[in-house]
Amino acid sequence: MIDNQILISVQELSRFYGQQRAIENVSFNVHRGEILGFLGPNGAGKSTTMQIIAGALAASHGSVSIVGHDIQTAARLAKQHIGFLPEQPPLYSDLTVDEFLNYAARLRNIDKQKISESITVAKQRCGLEDVGKRLIQNLSKGYKQRVGIAQAIIHTPSVIILDEPTSGLDPIQIHEIRELMRELAEDHSVILSTHILSEVQSLCDRVLIINQGNIVLDQSLEQLQENSDKPASVEIGLRNPPALEALLEIDGINSAESATDSTLKINFDPETDAFDTLVEKAVSEKWGLFKLIADDTSLESIFMQLTYGENQAQLNEDEG
Amino acid sequence: MINNIKLIAVNELRRLFKSPLAWVILAVIQFLIAIFFYLLLSQYLQPASAATGLTEVVVSGMYQIAGVIMLLVSPLLTMRLITEERRLGTIKLLYSSPISITELVLGKYIGMTAFYCLALIMISLMPASLLFGAQLDLGQIAGGLIGLLLLMSSFAAIGLFISSLTQSPAIAAISTFGVLFLLWIINIAGTNASERTAEIFSYLSLLNHYNSLLNGVFNSADVIFYILVSVFFIVLSIWRLDAERTHG
Repeated sequence: MIDNQILISVQELSRFYGQQRAIENVSFNVHRGEILGFLGPNGAGKSTTMQIIAGALAASHGSVSIVGHDIQTAARLAKQHIGFLPEQPPLYSDLTVDEFLNYAARLRNIDKQKISESITVAKQRCGLEDVGKRLIQNLSKGYKQRVGIAQAIIHTPSVIILDEPTSGLDPIQIHEIRELMRELAEDHSVILSTHILSEVQSLCDRVLIINQGNIVLDQSLEQLQENSDKPASVEIGLRNPPALEALLEIDGINSAESATDSTLKINFDPETDAFDTLVEKAVSEKWGLFKLIADDTSLESIFMQLTYGENQAQLNEDEG
Repeated sequence: MINNIKLIAVNELRRLFKSPLAWVILAVIQFLIAIFFYLLLSQYLQPASAATGLTEVVVSGMYQIAGVIMLLVSPLLTMRLITEERRLGTIKLLYSSPISITELVLGKYIGMTAFYCLALIMISLMPASLLFGAQLDLGQIAGGLIGLLLLMSSFAAIGLFISSLTQSPAIAAISTFGVLFLLWIINIAGTNASERTAEIFSYLSLLNHYNSLLNGVFNSADVIFYILVSVFFIVLSIWRLDAERTHG
């Protein structure tokens, strides 16, 4: 991080579609040099929040300021600093890539002399050098997505908002785009939403989980990493597995289910010594332990807990 | 401000000509007008109609027909103005760019009007060819030209507004056609009503004001009427898009 300047400040944002609430009281700040990962199940309000920050929607309550300019009252100044890629890349299919980027550059008020240079840079950054003369409608989905990213970064904005930027890209392109975002984040702020949890883990400095319109988690990746050193679930392979009830009797084990014939998935409370007991028992009672994998997808379990936790708990209660 | 409007307008025009639609429409207009031009000319050459002037029969008659053809064609051009930006998602690009909704709407309107100017020039080439061999009443032609331009720019404003109401180009086209046709013949609605109502209805008709300009009567009230129609629908479009961003 270069300094701690706040580039995006979101204050008590709410948005209603008619009577239906999309987001409520969402507040957070993003500093310069930070990549913020936005997670949430479908319909949680991710896209709505991003569109409000980008100025494509107006908030019902609350305010957004970009580099100190309010997006509503000083829209022109604020939007000068925004690069936005919506879920569906905003492309004119009947223009060529060069024509479209030229239009996008002019929309963002880039100086006439600098336009061709910034188009070249944006194309090079997104790997579009060879398709400049092609019509957008003839490009594959991955290339369209890249043109969408190119238009968002063409004016090197301070704030880059990308709604599912890696959807439709192949693994190599995903890798390139991640590299690009790391590069961009050096002196910009990046907000990105995604369904891919590993993407957040490999790319973001901070993660924000939103569910049913509310922020349910706002934590730095470092903090999350610390928590993941204490695993809460384990996959265990036993040649002679005991009855599930026998496992549940161990103090601290919350649930056990068979994943395949010989492997079990076990959730336990990390604060107890359930894990030790489990391993000891497996040896002493000759269950034939041959595999033991601690779950490393801590973010996934947090995500599941926070977004589906309520429903899951409800289900368990009904069953009990 | 001006730069942004120009940018939107030029992009609109460029994209119109990227699709075959604009070319086909220009060709069809030209073809139909040519047929009517020929019919009117041969009608004029018949001995019975020798009493009336060449300009009145051929030129004004042709502009009259051109007005009707534009009424039919215009919805097909204006339907995609905003609906397509929505469909492609590019409206979000515009909203997140440092341009205002007013600039966006004015740019679209001016781009469309520029296309109509082009169509107007093409249409006017035919009566202009008469200048080689005959005397024409240039004043009356100017009246017709201005009238047709004003008429088409009000078509553009109405089409723009209706296009801002919906996602689907087809719905925009048919609704625009309905509204334009209604405004065209609304004077008929008043024929059986009281004199005062009839007057109001016939004043609202787009046709009536056009006719007086075609006849060479340059009444500033007619010009202002068309400008008011355009301004009214442009303001409605701005409101509509603004409301959509706030509540939609």
